[in-house]
Amino acid sequence: MTAKHSSVLVVGGGMSGITAAVEAAELGREVYLVERAPSLGGRVSAMKSYFPKLCPPACGLEINYQRIRKNPRIQVFTSTRVTAISGEPGDLQVELVSEPSYVKESCTDPITPFQQLPAELSDDFNYGLSKKRPAGLVHPHAFPSRPVVDPRALEDEKLRSLLQGVEQVDLEQQPQKFTLQVGAVVWATGWVPYDASRIDYLGYSEFADVVSNVEFERLAAPDGPTGGKLLRPSDGKECRRVAFIQCAGSRDVNHLPYCSAVCCLASLKQATYVREAYSDSQVWIFYIDIRANKYEAFYQHLQEDANIHFVKGKVGLVEGTSDGSLHLLAENIAAGGIESVDVDLVVLATGMVPSTRLEPVPCQQVQTDEYGFVVSDPAATGIVATGCAKRPADVATCVQDATAAALLATLR
Amino acid sequence: MAEKIGCFVCTGCTIGEAMDCDKLVAVAGEMQAAVVEQHPALCQPEGVEMLRRAIAEHELDAVVVAACSARVHGDTFDFEDVYTERASLREGVAWTQPAGEEDTQMLAEDVVRMGIGRCRFAARPTGTPAPVQDRVLVIGGGVTGLSAALAAAAAGKQVDLVEREQQLGGFANKLHKIFPRDAEVAAYPGPDVDSLLARVAEHDNITVHLGATVTRISGAPGAFEVTVGGDGGEQSLASDAVVVAAGWQPYDAAKIEHLGYGRGPDVITNVEFEQLAKQGKIARPSDGKVPESVLFVQCAGSRDPQHLPYCSNLCCPATLKHITYLKEQSPETVCYVLYKDIRAPGHYEQIFEQVQRQGAIFVKADVERVEPQQAGGASVSAQDLLLGEPLQVEVDLVVLAIGMVPVTLDSDVLNLTYRQGPELPEREGGFPNSHFICFPYETQRTAIYAAGAVRTPMDLATCVDDGTGAAAKALQAIEFMRQGAACHPRVGDLSLPDFHLQRCTQCKRCTEECPFGALDEDAKGTPQPNPTRCRRCGVCMGACPERIVSFENYSVQMISEGIKSIFVPDEFEEKPRVLAFACENDAMAALDMAAMNGLQLNPYVRVIPVRCLGSFNIIWVADALSRGIDGIMLMGCRFGDDYQCHFIKGSELANTRLKNVGDTLDRLMLESERLRLEQVAINDWRRLPQMFDDFLARLDELGPNPYKE
Repeated sequence: MTAKHSSVLVVGGGMSGITAAVEAAELGREVYLVERAPSLGGRVSAMKSYFPKLCPPACGLEINYQRIRKNPRIQVFTSTRVTAISGEPGDLQVELVSEPSYVKESCTDPITPFQQLPAELSDDFNYGLSKKRPAGLVHPHAFPSRPVVDPRALEDEKLRSLLQGVEQVDLEQQPQKFTLQVGAVVWATGWVPYDASRIDYLGYSEFADVVSNVEFERLAAPDGPTGGKLLRPSDGKECRRVAFIQCAGSRDVNHLPYCSAVCCLASLKQATYVREAYSDSQVWIFYIDIRANKYEAFYQHLQEDANIHFVKGKVGLVEGTSDGSLHLLAENIAAGGIESVDVDLVVLATGMVPSTRLEPVPCQQVQTDEYGFVVSDPAATGIVATGCAKRPADVATCVQDATAAALLATLR
Repeated sequence: MAEKIGCFVCTGCTIGEAMDCDKLVAVAGEMQAAVVEQHPALCQPEGVEMLRRAIAEHELDAVVVAACSARVHGDTFDFEDVYTERASLREGVAWTQPAGEEDTQMLAEDVVRMGIGRCRFAARPTGTPAPVQDRVLVIGGGVTGLSAALAAAAAGKQVDLVEREQQLGGFANKLHKIFPRDAEVAAYPGPDVDSLLARVAEHDNITVHLGATVTRISGAPGAFEVTVGGDGGEQSLASDAVVVAAGWQPYDAAKIEHLGYGRGPDVITNVEFEQLAKQGKIARPSDGKVPESVLFVQCAGSRDPQHLPYCSNLCCPATLKHITYLKEQSPETVCYVLYKDIRAPGHYEQIFEQVQRQGAIFVKADVERVEPQQAGGASVSAQDLLLGEPLQVEVDLVVLAIGMVPVTLDSDVLNLTYRQGPELPEREGGFPNSHFICFPYETQRTAIYAAGAVRTPMDLATCVDDGTGAAAKALQAIEFMRQGAACHPRVGDLSLPDFHLQRCTQCKRCTEECPFGALDEDAKGTPQPNPTRCRRCGVCMGACPERIVSFENYSVQMISEGIKSIFVPDEFEEKPRVLAFACENDAMAALDMAAMNGLQLNPYVRVIPVRCLGSFNIIWVADALSRGIDGIMLMGCRFGDDYQCHFIKGSELANTRLKNVGDTLDRLMLESERLRLEQVAINDWRRLPQMFDDFLARLDELGPNPYKE
């Protein structure tokens, strides 16, 4: 079978998409890598570390960024979305649109020109836990290392006029529509955290000190809003008592019926952050089952720590106390009775929602299951779903899967 | 060796404001650069054009781009036939030092000097292409191996598929039904091994060797000589790359004494249960009775330090599946599951939910004893962990959910003739050692990739992906060999180590320390390099006491020359000098992050990037200390069990070398504390200013290097 086009379009610049792109390019194909955000890295770039090695994601990302930099076969389009896909395997026509950076092409310095601007916009990279400038790099490890203007700043009269005063800024730039002809598409748009405010009894909307697991990751990250100090968002007090609530919305027919496969290990990892931050810290983990499948040794190591309390049971109530702490009531199935604890911070281990549930693949032939995971046969559509667009998965599984996807996308 | 070196100083991105660039030009002139130019934005088209013109006009063979960090604009400053050295004035000076200070200027001048110094002994590598044959060897004919073979064959390679059994299909042959893939929860499709087998059978590119094993692999990637032994005698094959998909075997249930296996016929394993179901009727072995009650013991031997410390991932879903078999056979069957945790990740959760609806009884329990009964069936005693009381059940059949052991744990499947041993280096459990999070396919043997259950326990759907992914890596390895380029992690690197063997003293350090087993030895112990096994980390270069190993663009001499180019003020100036050797991938990136965040770094530190700390040669300590450098810091990746080094043990090796040289220093009355190794990850950038200052403070206490002029 000879196809009209051999090039590959990879949609999504997180770990799965980056992997698919470099692997396909190293298989000799021309690759277009498209990411909606202004930089690559996706969810993992906002994490402090990976389980079970507790190593920073930036390390592996750096290697992959080098692979992209050194490979002339890969073209990266950031701030870009796919709006339509038509055609058949081997001959796909893809419509795209790129948002402007509003920074002149000639700007070589991604830092200095923007340093005088005030940090007033909520910082999405930190899940809104800090403020950012209206222009600059999204974060220091951003790749490509190109500054952008946050489009929200254009809506704000003061920020807009400040930006107009920056020589390197050009607010007249317009979105660019373009078309690519490719042989195959790898769909790697990843996941979004389940909206914790929908689990009303866990107090996420009510209390600043009830955070989701992705937010906690930023609170612990050395490049995060607190410089890596575990401080509670409400008043900056040290988080010495932290409760993790597993399956927050997961394995629950009212929310996400499936298991997201990573939240247990993520909480175990985050428990180590708390234990490392303060030697007298106490951690409670409320769970149904601890699903530490691949990394049992990591779980067993944590079980040896007397300051980490594993409680099999559901949390029924989260309420504020007079001293600004949070009070939790939970059943304790193993010991029997009710567990009642006061903590500084509650972390909700929320699950993964495939991005394709909120924004389907813009191609009629592509089918998803009831949860939004892509199920179509790639051979029929020419569109290979990978990573968390296919099922909830940890980083290693995404890399493994994306490598296979890269090969499938080149076989025609 | 670069004869004509051009030096190009960029004054953009605040460099021009932070330092006197005219002086930098003068310094480059003193270093005998053939041409020196300044430009306000070297990376912009006019700047690049100026560089190109100068290269052509002066017939330069090397350029020093004194501008931004080597982590950016690599492609911009890549000129055909010319060696490019990057000197980081932006991140390395302008963004980390106060503008206009004397120390800032001195640092900038040293950065330029070191760049030119290094250049003198560097050349652009050209690569040595290896003749390849476009052949892949796949070991194991299960679902993983079949998938790998099909993927490689579809990409046009010739595949030899070696299976030790008399038929292909592996463990899937034994299955009644396979797990639902993705959302197909309601229906359990039978294994589609037939389709895989048919496609393998009809593919012209695949040669199947049944009843055969690999008894020997000699040579190197691109030219492996493979001996396959079997019923038909021995056969020789050629291969470029290998996929190891040898699969798994069930853990030996008889070893878990208290669970009664082998003491009565009605205590069986989950594998045996599957076979009963496949035969059509699930009856208990003792008397053929259809069981009215069945008890499943989860984690039989798994998550147990005495047996298998890990979780096999699939035993919980397998038991859930087995319950559906029983409920299908007779909805009245009473099913008990004694478990530690029910691990049903992803969509398997739905099966768990379905099985709970069907009325299976799940008890979190510690199983104390399974006692087979004379009249058939077994008696099970356990501690119910939720009710906190003992549990005693008599059942017709007990199924032990036992875990998966990679075949490679106790069998040799590759039989490499490598000096470092016949198999892939392993981590706990017999799984290949790798960067299993970010780069799960990588092993410590180039162009040999593990896939499927030898890599980690996984379900069949994942095995299909994994075999395909491993085939992708094998195909890439072949392409890189064809170009003479390196595989991961220095993808595309065309350099190769050259061994000046006339000076070799057969100390064997390089052959022992190479993380990838690239070096064999002759009878005398002289290293025999295998270029296609090499990943270009430079560990051999760091190990060699005779300094006989060098790359075209990276050598002991190059770094030494860089060190010698540093201007060291005399002790009365009270300006100490420290060298920081920094791992290119992590520590250098951390330094850049610090710069981008506007952190000030100690102005007395001179940073020298290295491929890996494993390439650190202790002669550099002598070079530095004899020149009056006051201290040396090595910045590398975390080592130990959770090592981060992409060359496995580079920083650990450097640490050992440093300790050894430290003992020598102490004997020479030169404090070993002048040497320090720091483990630095990219996200440690906030720590860097303090890390440097602390070291400088300690050096201040020690006083200046007595060898200073």
